[in-house]
Amino acid sequence: MYNQTEIIKDTTDLGPDGELVINMGPQHPATHGVLHLVVTLNGETIKKIEPHLGYIHRSIEKMCERLSYRQFIYVTSRMDYLSSHINNTACALLIEKGMQIEVPERAKVVRTILNELTRIASHELWIGAMAMDLGAFTPFFYAFREREMITDIMEDTCGARLTMNYIVPGGLMYDIHPNFQTKVKAFVKQFKEKVTEYEDLVTGNIIFQSRTKGVGVLTAEDAISYGCSGPVARASGVSCDMRKIAPYDAYDRVEFDEVIETAGDSFARYIVRVKEMNQSIRIIEQLIDNIPEGEFVGKTKNVLKLNKGEFYQRVETARGEFGVFIVSEGGTTPYRIKFRSPGFSNLSVLDHIAKGSKIGDLMATMGTLDLVIPDIDR
Amino acid sequence: MLSLESITKTTQDWLFAKFSPEIALTIECVIVILLCITLFAVLGLVLVLLERKVAARIQIRLGPNRVGPGGIFQTAADTLKLIMKEGLTPDTADKFLFNLAPFIVMMVAMLLLAPIAFAKNFQIWDINIGVLYISAVSSLSVIGILMAGWASNNKYSLLGAMRSGAQIVSYELSAGFAVLTIVVLTGSLRISDIVASQENGWWLFKGHIPVIIAFVLYIIAVTAETNRAPFDLAEAESELTAGFHTEYSGMKFALFFLAEYINIFIVCAIGATLFLGGWMPLHIGHWDGFNHIMDYIPSSVWFMGKTFFLIFVIMWFRWTFPRLRVDQLLNLEWKYLLPISLFNLLLVTVIAIMGWHF
Amino acid sequence: MFLKDYISDVYNGVASLLKGMRKTGYYFTHSKEIITEQYPDNRATLKLADRFKGEVVMPHDDNNEHTCTGCTACELACPNGTIKIITKFDVTPEGKKKKAIDAFIYRLEMCTLCNLCITACPSDAIKMVPNFEHSVFDRSKLTKVLNKPGSKIKEGIE
Repeated sequence: MYNQTEIIKDTTDLGPDGELVINMGPQHPATHGVLHLVVTLNGETIKKIEPHLGYIHRSIEKMCERLSYRQFIYVTSRMDYLSSHINNTACALLIEKGMQIEVPERAKVVRTILNELTRIASHELWIGAMAMDLGAFTPFFYAFREREMITDIMEDTCGARLTMNYIVPGGLMYDIHPNFQTKVKAFVKQFKEKVTEYEDLVTGNIIFQSRTKGVGVLTAEDAISYGCSGPVARASGVSCDMRKIAPYDAYDRVEFDEVIETAGDSFARYIVRVKEMNQSIRIIEQLIDNIPEGEFVGKTKNVLKLNKGEFYQRVETARGEFGVFIVSEGGTTPYRIKFRSPGFSNLSVLDHIAKGSKIGDLMATMGTLDLVIPDIDR
Repeated sequence: MLSLESITKTTQDWLFAKFSPEIALTIECVIVILLCITLFAVLGLVLVLLERKVAARIQIRLGPNRVGPGGIFQTAADTLKLIMKEGLTPDTADKFLFNLAPFIVMMVAMLLLAPIAFAKNFQIWDINIGVLYISAVSSLSVIGILMAGWASNNKYSLLGAMRSGAQIVSYELSAGFAVLTIVVLTGSLRISDIVASQENGWWLFKGHIPVIIAFVLYIIAVTAETNRAPFDLAEAESELTAGFHTEYSGMKFALFFLAEYINIFIVCAIGATLFLGGWMPLHIGHWDGFNHIMDYIPSSVWFMGKTFFLIFVIMWFRWTFPRLRVDQLLNLEWKYLLPISLFNLLLVTVIAIMGWHF
Repeated sequence: MFLKDYISDVYNGVASLLKGMRKTGYYFTHSKEIITEQYPDNRATLKLADRFKGEVVMPHDDNNEHTCTGCTACELACPNGTIKIITKFDVTPEGKKKKAIDAFIYRLEMCTLCNLCITACPSDAIKMVPNFEHSVFDRSKLTKVLNKPGSKIKEGIE
């Protein structure tokens, strides 16, 4: 039988030193998706955070063992649904590398433009959601107005707005819509006018700055040792942009800067993403006027078979480095697929940087890590 | 035009002629009570819808527009829904305090209606310490909030209530100093005297610099007192679910919700009375023709117009700024607002003594 | 020095807040910027993109003929078994037996709209239409048979 103290401990959720243990999520307005955080508090200071994952685990990697090499690409759209084109590009590139398929120039350029548009759309949604976490509800709607233009372009060309499944091994599934170029140019023009709104409403706002400056500082050594990538690592001074280190598609032909900040706090992560959006616009401007004519898909066999061996391909999504690893036994379906998701490594650093801060800071920190939980749980 | 003042006068004369004085007085009290409750109900309906529509327009969308033309019956539908909801009381909650808390918050809001002058000679109670009464009674709302947080037997509610209590108690000081500025200039605590002293111009224009600073400080302080954004961490949905009213559902939640909006109305009414002239129309110097036209607009319309303008400004704050953290909020009060308001009080005393105001 | 910092702090803070308020004030007063669509009311004028992937259909021409040969390429290409083709054997006028489809069963509730079946079809028998209003009260209505009753394949398709 329990004695008195054990019964009280069991029913009042006190930690080992009498601290308060609360659960944030899985249903919570601020965790972007179903993330269960067990937070141990001492008053208002955080002592430990333990994420419990798996609420949206759909055994995607196991499912892909039964699908052929053309069929498994659509699942990756549903993992990190905000960078669906980029995930599809990773799978397509891996198969092209493995089977030595030639990709025509037109397909490469269009794929790059679509990747950059997806990156901007993802960052737009992130700005809106981050401001909403901190209590400012209006930038969400302004950000969605720009994102709406991008999803309209995607709807015209690819046929879907969120999970596009348009990039196939060899190039594109079908040719781009005739008004693709005009719409993208109109979007670039509007974006340049409206991006100052975020400056006024969010970046320059003294309340926002005081809530994010000096909060959740991540040093460069910690970023490397925890395996962070993407804007999280770049804000701490680590240079890790896959588009520069291992260029794919048309990235070796365009000029853009890799945005690096050294402060490592939440404000630096915010600034990195805003500047990345501007760099993406620069890339699109360089490519949109001269899309080469020609085929949109290379010649491939009907049934794709990878040779026996191991293949790996990595790309830079909006969240960081996304990797696809395939072990093939020579058949039409992969023997084992593993996806290296950027969110998983970025989440692992949350306990380290949020220790000792307040709950309000936890919101700012978690918001700037830009987590998409289906990406983590697959 | 039929003015509110003449309606009250005729009613009083008729009642005192018909009944004995005690019964006439009782009937008058009953009429006032019924009018107050009606005002609350109507204000609640209007303000909730106004907030949603203002929020929608700022966020480039239309607000509620399906229930009734332009959405005017939306709040009635919401109230109906809240009434029909199951009012759940947690098992381990302190039942007496749990049920009492919303009523205390409502009572404070109702008590504050007494000294406000809605139109010319249309005040419920023109007490000679009107401003002091307002400051004192508005401090009582903290009790209701702490009661709600404590009685819910829920860690989130307790955390939210404690934060809210600290916030309200701190910002009362700045609000009090801002109000004192006007008292210094007028020389009286009585509301009708303050409004009468603004006959040749509102204090916002007559008292130039110190009154403008006091006005800004007052608006910030009352936004914090009523737990509105950017100071709304007591009810921050993304941080601690709903703070001190997490455990309330059904009609009791509706009372909290309503009491918040009524509080906003009351503090804006007080702000309009003190700084913007109450029911006084806008008179500019010696432009007699203009002043004469302004006099045609009834005084109740002037009062309501000014109050709703201030309500709009407070709503504008909510939808523009992110939330402050609790230590930043208390920082703002004790390190910025309080020193500035003390300095401002000194400034306005000097100006009042030297007669350097208009 | 402290006083100068203090005052400039306050001034910069207030200035940044006022800039933000001016932006939202602009959107409050300019209601022509509203971009939301009033959905059920504007159904008559709603225009979706041509390529929007809403549902798979089999187009029939005026003689109630389609072009599906029953080769089951789409059934093999589909990643999650949404399509099932039931074939039968038709007798041609010359007396030879020819494969034809009896029913083309398409389960809308399972379809991921990935377009692989359309690209796999060698005779352009199926296509995607931009129809997004799929809600039904009875789930069995989502299992559709795409070829119309009494239809047969067009002449000359192999």
